[in-house]
Amino acid sequence: MIIRAEGLVKTYVMGATTVRALDGVDLDIDEGEMVAISGPSGSGKSTLMHILGCLDRPDSGRYVLAGEDVSSLSRNRLAEIRNRRIGFVFQTFNLLPRLRALENVELPLLYAGHGSAKDRAAEALRTVGLEDRMHHRPTQLSGGQRQRVAVARALITDPAILLADEPTGNLDSRTGDEILTLLETLNAAGRTIIIVTHEVDVAGRCRRQVHMRDGRVVDGAKQS
Amino acid sequence: MLFWTTVKLGLGSLLASPLRSLLAMLGIIIGVGAVISMLALATGAQKQVLERLSAMGTNLLVVRPGQSGFHGVMTGTQQTLTLADAQALLKEVPGVRRLAPAVGAAAQVKHMGNNVRVRVTGTTATYLPIRDFAIQTGRIFSETEADSMARVAVLGPLTAENLFGASDALAQVIKVNGVNFTVLGILKAKGDQGWFNPDDQVIVPYTTAMKQLFGLDYLGEIDIQAADGADLLQVQADITRVLRRRHHIQEGVPDDFNIRNQADMIETANQFTRTFTILLGGIASISLLVGGIGIMNIMLVTVTERTREIGIRKAIGAKEHSILLQFLIEALIISGLGGLLGVAAGTGGAVAIQYFSEFVTVLELPSILLALSFSAVVGIFFGWYPALRAARLDPVEALRYE
Repeated sequence: MIIRAEGLVKTYVMGATTVRALDGVDLDIDEGEMVAISGPSGSGKSTLMHILGCLDRPDSGRYVLAGEDVSSLSRNRLAEIRNRRIGFVFQTFNLLPRLRALENVELPLLYAGHGSAKDRAAEALRTVGLEDRMHHRPTQLSGGQRQRVAVARALITDPAILLADEPTGNLDSRTGDEILTLLETLNAAGRTIIIVTHEVDVAGRCRRQVHMRDGRVVDGAKQS
Repeated sequence: MLFWTTVKLGLGSLLASPLRSLLAMLGIIIGVGAVISMLALATGAQKQVLERLSAMGTNLLVVRPGQSGFHGVMTGTQQTLTLADAQALLKEVPGVRRLAPAVGAAAQVKHMGNNVRVRVTGTTATYLPIRDFAIQTGRIFSETEADSMARVAVLGPLTAENLFGASDALAQVIKVNGVNFTVLGILKAKGDQGWFNPDDQVIVPYTTAMKQLFGLDYLGEIDIQAADGADLLQVQADITRVLRRRHHIQEGVPDDFNIRNQADMIETANQFTRTFTILLGGIASISLLVGGIGIMNIMLVTVTERTREIGIRKAIGAKEHSILLQFLIEALIISGLGGLLGVAAGTGGAVAIQYFSEFVTVLELPSILLALSFSAVVGIFFGWYPALRAARLDPVEALRYE
């Protein structure tokens, strides 16, 4: 069990009203799974992704990631967990525009306290098929190439899970398909992958689908 | 290394908007420049004063009538010092190498059509070595000439030039307050000392000055040169003892004379220049502070603009201190680079002050290092708050920021 979430609750205060973004979410994910989390906007899937990605903490409930209870760690410990255990792929790629592809990929290792890690970054870029674009800046790359750089960056620390938030949302269908194929390849090699998406096609590519509505998991909480 | 990557990135973001970076630095450039040139000015002033003081002779003690006041600068018009006092001091105080009684007043000095008002000092030949004067041409009057109230004079080089122009002054006759004097010699130039120019004076025998020029029975001062290696404090104490006895001063009654030594004068001058330094440095530091506020302003803008970048960095595992360090380094680059440019500006300013005005400026490495480290401190101090804001950003909020 790589992820075990029990009774996750997260509320936001928006002006006078309190929004219950997560209303008791239970979710188990095994190592090596490829899971899609889907649901309409406002269903709480983004909030769940933030908590699963250790960007945020639940108000109550328990979240165990790779055997460690991370539901109430300090912000700095959470940063460490994000660095070591989680790889993010975002809809808008979120590369640092002033860094070259290689430097973008290298950055998590630098934050992990490594010295130079250009070799490993180059290797990660090779894995995603970008060995000839290493010294380009994000603006010199196409959308698909940027997302590949982001995937390489997510993989560099050999994380327990790869969290992709609408990874194809800013790509045309052909490049989107390529990215999904890349993720499938990685999953086939044993990587646990969680894709947050509202696109049915994308969710359909995953073996397991978790549906959310009104802050609850309505389907797929446990592996069938 | 993360550190060097951060420095490189910081430089890159500065170069990305050069005008803005330059404007952010401008405050620090002006601040550091002002501190350096002002300190150079103050150091120059101090050096000049000390040079002038040591040009007045070494091991010098000056006995003047009147109570010693604050820093011994109060000199009264009391008439207490006599020639007999001077002779007694020479005889009774061990450690006195040379002694010169002196009287002085401003007088009208004339030669042909030239007419100047200068200080006329009546003294003995020993006055010259005590006060570190030397003869350029001619000679000083002898003891016999002094005893016989000879009407002879030694001129300061400036006085000689004012009276005689380019022509030779030796053996010429000048009129001092209407009395004829023969010029025996010319002093070697010492340079202006600010409050008194030693090159512009006339030295005559004290006997002649007291009896024929000013009609004085009392001395203006007694200049004493202590022997090399003599304990100045002991000599001073002995002088006090002898003079108190001779003046019949009861115990508990203050002295009716005061003794100043060179250490006192240097201390007074140092105190003055220290105040001057603090004042100039303080005023200049204010502009450094203003420069710091400029840095804070630009860093706050930078942090807001790069909220998303901060979110990304946090998502991939940057801890708070890494983000803090990143923005502190950027603030330090601005202030450090500004500091270096400020050193150039300050050095240029100091050179320009010396070139275009009569002030002397002395650039010293410590004051340059001081200004530089102060600019670094300013960078850290004013960069801290924006960097802390960046470090404390919530990763979810920061990632959402458009």
